[in-house]
Amino acid sequence: MTFEFFTRLIEGQPELSLLLWIAILMLVMYVARQPAHQIILVLMRSMRNALRLMAQSVMLAERQLRKRNREVLLAHGREHAERFIEREFQRVEALVNRDLSGYPTLQRDLQEQITRIDENYTQSGEVPPKPPEWLKAVDAVAAIPDNGSSVVGKILRDIHKTLRNALDKSMQEYRRANRERHNLLKKMMPYWRSLSKTLTSVEKKISGLEQRSIIIDGQMQSYEDIRKQTEFAERLLSSSSMTQFFISGLALTLAFVGMYVNFQLVALPMEEMVGASSYLGSSSIRASDVAALFIISVEVILGLFLMESVGITRLFPIINLLEDHKRKMIFWIMLSFLFIFAGIEASLAYMRDMLAADREALSQLLSGAEVVEPALRWIPSVGQMVMGFTLPFVLAFVAIPLESFIHSSRTVSGLLAVWLLHMLVVFIRFTANVINGVSKTIVNAYDLLIFIPLKVENALLNKRSKQESVVAEKQIASDKAQTKPLDKKSADAAETDMDESK
Amino acid sequence: MKRLFLSFGISLALLVSVLAGCSDTRSTRAVYVLVDTSGTYSQQFDKVQGVMRYLLGSLQPGESLALARIDSASFSEEDIVARMSFDLRPSMANAQKRAFLDSVDAFGKNIQASQYTDITGGILQAIEYLNETGATDKYIVIFSDLKEELQKGQVRDFPINFNGSHVLAINVTKLGSDNVDPRKYQERVDDWSARVEQGSGQWKMINDLNRLDAIWE
Repeated sequence: MTFEFFTRLIEGQPELSLLLWIAILMLVMYVARQPAHQIILVLMRSMRNALRLMAQSVMLAERQLRKRNREVLLAHGREHAERFIEREFQRVEALVNRDLSGYPTLQRDLQEQITRIDENYTQSGEVPPKPPEWLKAVDAVAAIPDNGSSVVGKILRDIHKTLRNALDKSMQEYRRANRERHNLLKKMMPYWRSLSKTLTSVEKKISGLEQRSIIIDGQMQSYEDIRKQTEFAERLLSSSSMTQFFISGLALTLAFVGMYVNFQLVALPMEEMVGASSYLGSSSIRASDVAALFIISVEVILGLFLMESVGITRLFPIINLLEDHKRKMIFWIMLSFLFIFAGIEASLAYMRDMLAADREALSQLLSGAEVVEPALRWIPSVGQMVMGFTLPFVLAFVAIPLESFIHSSRTVSGLLAVWLLHMLVVFIRFTANVINGVSKTIVNAYDLLIFIPLKVENALLNKRSKQESVVAEKQIASDKAQTKPLDKKSADAAETDMDESK
Repeated sequence: MKRLFLSFGISLALLVSVLAGCSDTRSTRAVYVLVDTSGTYSQQFDKVQGVMRYLLGSLQPGESLALARIDSASFSEEDIVARMSFDLRPSMANAQKRAFLDSVDAFGKNIQASQYTDITGGILQAIEYLNETGATDKYIVIFSDLKEELQKGQVRDFPINFNGSHVLAINVTKLGSDNVDPRKYQERVDDWSARVEQGSGQWKMINDLNRLDAIWE
């Protein structure tokens, strides 16, 4: 059915033919307006409903994922807090064992010092000299009036003299006793100092414990928060997880750089063992590269087990559950292997240097230049050997950031997945709203296409409604005219009824 | 503990042996250098040495190199001056390259000019050697003026199967007669080019010795 078909309805009149077709189409569309509207609206509504259902299910998945993330986060946080508290208690135990194990000796020393001080203090107690017993008698005699008698005066002078002598003697005695007391107090000084020193050291030890207890209190508080699953604890753990993710990611990147350097040290000498032109199957992977990677991987794995056996990382629960002596055995085995591999790497690094020098000499020979042994050649050789020996031990510590990265990546990937699901929900809802708008637009567009018959219909309807309203007004007016006399009659009838009832 | 060490050592040795044994050698090159020792070309050996040094520097462990002379009857093992498949171990390969270079230098000092130039015989010998190496990329490098002069009775005018080898004519010198009629030089080159390509080989001429990288292109 080509365009020409539509222009041939009336022969020789293509425009008219087209107009006729359009008119027919309009008419058909006008007739089918209601069902077409219904089809469009139902179709769009069903699509929108399907999208809303989809959005609901995605929201449900998002909620579940969020819940799972929360559980993972809190579980990890709880485990971390437990480890931290356990470690703090170990430190406290070490402090107690180290500092307070000598507590009985300390107590004995303190007791002895206090006893000596007490003795000295008791001895140094000031006892006021008792006045002589005869002083009262002398006092009574001294109270006798002399009445001008020279004898009495002489007696009194003698008494005075005696009293003065007694007083001087007492004073001397008092001073001697005071001196002795001062000497005793002087002797107490070193004991006081020693006591003060001992108590200061005790205070220091106690304050160390006190600081530890403050840290433990803080950790216990956060542990309680985690156990109660508070929002604050979740936020704190989430933020900590993100930080851990980036820090451990950075550390791992640096570790990869170290691994690359290690690989470069090992790959060339490995060609001597597995061949320089050997590849794995039909791939472009060199066998020597695979062997070098294997050695590096083994070193990393040894490091993992080493850290695991020491208890620094907890990637393998089986190792953590082993008894201490078995873990100690694993530690020594792994350390021995690491030493062996460090030795192998050092020798490979030396071999690499030799091969490089040989290659250099050959290229000099082939280029026709005189082969010259460079000065201080031993420096790079030794440097490479040292690097070859130390890098395996450095790589052993990769286990620490790796553990952090694995744990934090669970949380971070969960958060990312939640965010993606959330964005998906937003997108689905947006699409549903767009579909809703589109359905209205299509209906309006449909009406726009048949606006001529619709206008005609409106005009006809308006005309009919006007006619109907005119008829209705006339009817109302005639009804009013008939109801007025009737009203008067009914009012009169009502009055007569009332009179009769009276 | 002993058992653990032992098992670990065994697994390491096993991996190395598996990698060495199950691995596949691929995209290897083999080069056969033919040097014309006829009177007109024997003075060009310093250039041959330069190219040989370049080839020794370029070839990797596991690849092969041979040097042979073109004389009156070149289809013979006796014309091979030195041939070597380099060891897979780089240190051994380097030692072999040094030994090869010594052979080249020794050959350069005792070149005896031949009366005839049996290029076809040399090429046949080269194809045989290259096929034996099992290399994926085969190269025949010819140092000659490409003017073949055969003894009476020698049959060489038959098609040759180059088996995908690259034939590189390096430093093709012009003869005195070429100056009189340059078309003769062009005819020689065209004849060899056509013969190689008809025998499913690839022909290339390199006259600029500073562009030896073109050998591998």
